[in-house]
Amino acid sequence: MGSITLNSVSKVFGAHTVIPSIDLKIDEGEFVVFVGPSGCGKSTLLRLIAGLEDVSGGKIVIDGKDATELPPAKRRLSMVFQSYALYPHMSVRSNIAFPLKMAGEDTSVIDKKVADAARVLNLTDYLDRKPRQLSGGQRQRVAIGRAIVRQPVAFLFDEPLSNLDAALRVNMRLEISQLHQQLKTTMVYVTHDQVEAMTMADKIVVLNRGNVEQVGSPLDLYHRPDNLFVAGFIGSPKMNFITGDIAKGYGAHTIGVRPEHLDLSTSAGAWRGTVGVAEHLGSDTFLHIAVDKVGTMTARVGGDFPVRHGDQVYLSPQEGRVHRFDETGLAIR
Amino acid sequence: MATLHTRSAARAMMAPSVLLLLAWMVVPLAMTIYFSFLRYNLLMPGMEEWAGFSNYRYFLTDPAFFQALFNTLAIVLGVLLITVIGGIALAILLDQPMFGQGIVRILVIAPFLIMPTVAALVWKNMFMNPVNGLFAHLAKAVGLQPYDFLNNSPLMSIIVIVAWQWLPFATLILLTALQSLDEEQKEAAQMDGAGAWSRFIYLTLPHLSRAITVVILIQTIFLLSVFAEILVTTNGGPGTQSTNLTFLVYAQALLQFDVGGASAGGIIAVILANIVAFFLMRMIGKTLEA
Repeated sequence: MGSITLNSVSKVFGAHTVIPSIDLKIDEGEFVVFVGPSGCGKSTLLRLIAGLEDVSGGKIVIDGKDATELPPAKRRLSMVFQSYALYPHMSVRSNIAFPLKMAGEDTSVIDKKVADAARVLNLTDYLDRKPRQLSGGQRQRVAIGRAIVRQPVAFLFDEPLSNLDAALRVNMRLEISQLHQQLKTTMVYVTHDQVEAMTMADKIVVLNRGNVEQVGSPLDLYHRPDNLFVAGFIGSPKMNFITGDIAKGYGAHTIGVRPEHLDLSTSAGAWRGTVGVAEHLGSDTFLHIAVDKVGTMTARVGGDFPVRHGDQVYLSPQEGRVHRFDETGLAIR
Repeated sequence: MATLHTRSAARAMMAPSVLLLLAWMVVPLAMTIYFSFLRYNLLMPGMEEWAGFSNYRYFLTDPAFFQALFNTLAIVLGVLLITVIGGIALAILLDQPMFGQGIVRILVIAPFLIMPTVAALVWKNMFMNPVNGLFAHLAKAVGLQPYDFLNNSPLMSIIVIVAWQWLPFATLILLTALQSLDEEQKEAAQMDGAGAWSRFIYLTLPHLSRAITVVILIQTIFLLSVFAEILVTTNGGPGTQSTNLTFLVYAQALLQFDVGGASAGGIIAVILANIVAFFLMRMIGKTLEA
């Protein structure tokens, strides 16, 4: 119950192949995040699961049953859209009740379920308002409320937080995670924001140009990226990549070192460089350093590290924290 | 127009056009009111004399008046019913992706570009004519007696002709409204288990309500004064079966040469149109707010 399996699912729009072929297993109760740059096919993949797009090939199994040919309503999935897609002329109550009404439930059952959902989402005071009278975060919660009343086998989220401001986004992120703890229902979440992916996911699926680059837990992807793309995509600031002789010294075509895995010193170290820009965040400082014979590297140091623009610094990668990649970009383990 | 100065300047600049428009409206209205109290017959020039309310009394007690009143309302309501329902249906069809969409849309809009007299004559002579008309041919082809539309059901025929002319307008307005319906809302409704009919009732219709209001308001204004279609097809007949208020006023003034009586009719028509407008705004004007 609540598991979703994709068997060599593909999607072609005209002459344009968006998804060549994807195999994926989403277990019951998991919080899975599809992450990737824009245009990587993550939203298309979600819409294929939802049934809003027809697959060009392959099979989608939801909850143990072949759902490839089923219409969206029959798949027992709920979706939260980027634009929230609330019905503007209906009150919050009618919006949340809509799927139940469509399912032909009794009025008393609908009232109870709507009241429950409103309580979970702190919407009780807003039930009689229209969507346009709500703030962005409240609209988001209504959209989630509309999704949870159906008690679906899985929730699908399509970049639900991208229309919110930064502070609210952090809040909603937390709320959605808490909701997942409470409901323990499978959730599939699409985002281009790797921070959202890292903080919320049980399992991250990194997509690039319609292909799955790597599947794993957030820390798995962070510590053991399979290839250059995943290494560069996961982690903020981005991993530094070095090619050439230095990489050869490590027996690789390219090596990657995360900014937080560089030790800095003002006196001695492996590589010498000049501080370009220093971004002070208080707790940390991100230094953009022009390193001799390598190029610009980013380093993360403590907030009280005493350097300024134009200073000389020495960088040394921490032992065992250097990622090695071959010519094709695959990790050497 | 923020400061006091710019505001008064704006007023001064607007004054000429406002005055002109006011004169344009007030002078004819005042003259019509004045004529409506005169015994003024074109066959007896120079014999005008004060008539008091007798013109109004004659017009309002004329049996043709009630027939005309009924016909006016029948045309307005009939055409509105056909164009709104037909317009929604056509708009939904035209919204579907299909081959040659652009050409089909232009074809649908075409009737609106044809002038009323021509449209009415085309219908009268090419479609509804009991001898040469297309409908007569169709009837004969299946072995039926041709039906003389304009003689046997003149009001219905005029409603059909006028509706044919106004259908493109309604379709066009409703189509543009339909295209602004958010795609994600439709998908959300689909996920929520709403079938095509439920999506239409709960999503499309409420979304279209404002456009429908606009269509009803604008069409009512024009449909209250349908004239050309009646003049070239039935001439208000047989008898007064297809005479509406506009046509009755015309007949009074230019067929019976009674300018005084026609003016009284015109004033009554203005009053009735205002009553209709009042109720219309009360009923559906609310949709336009917010």
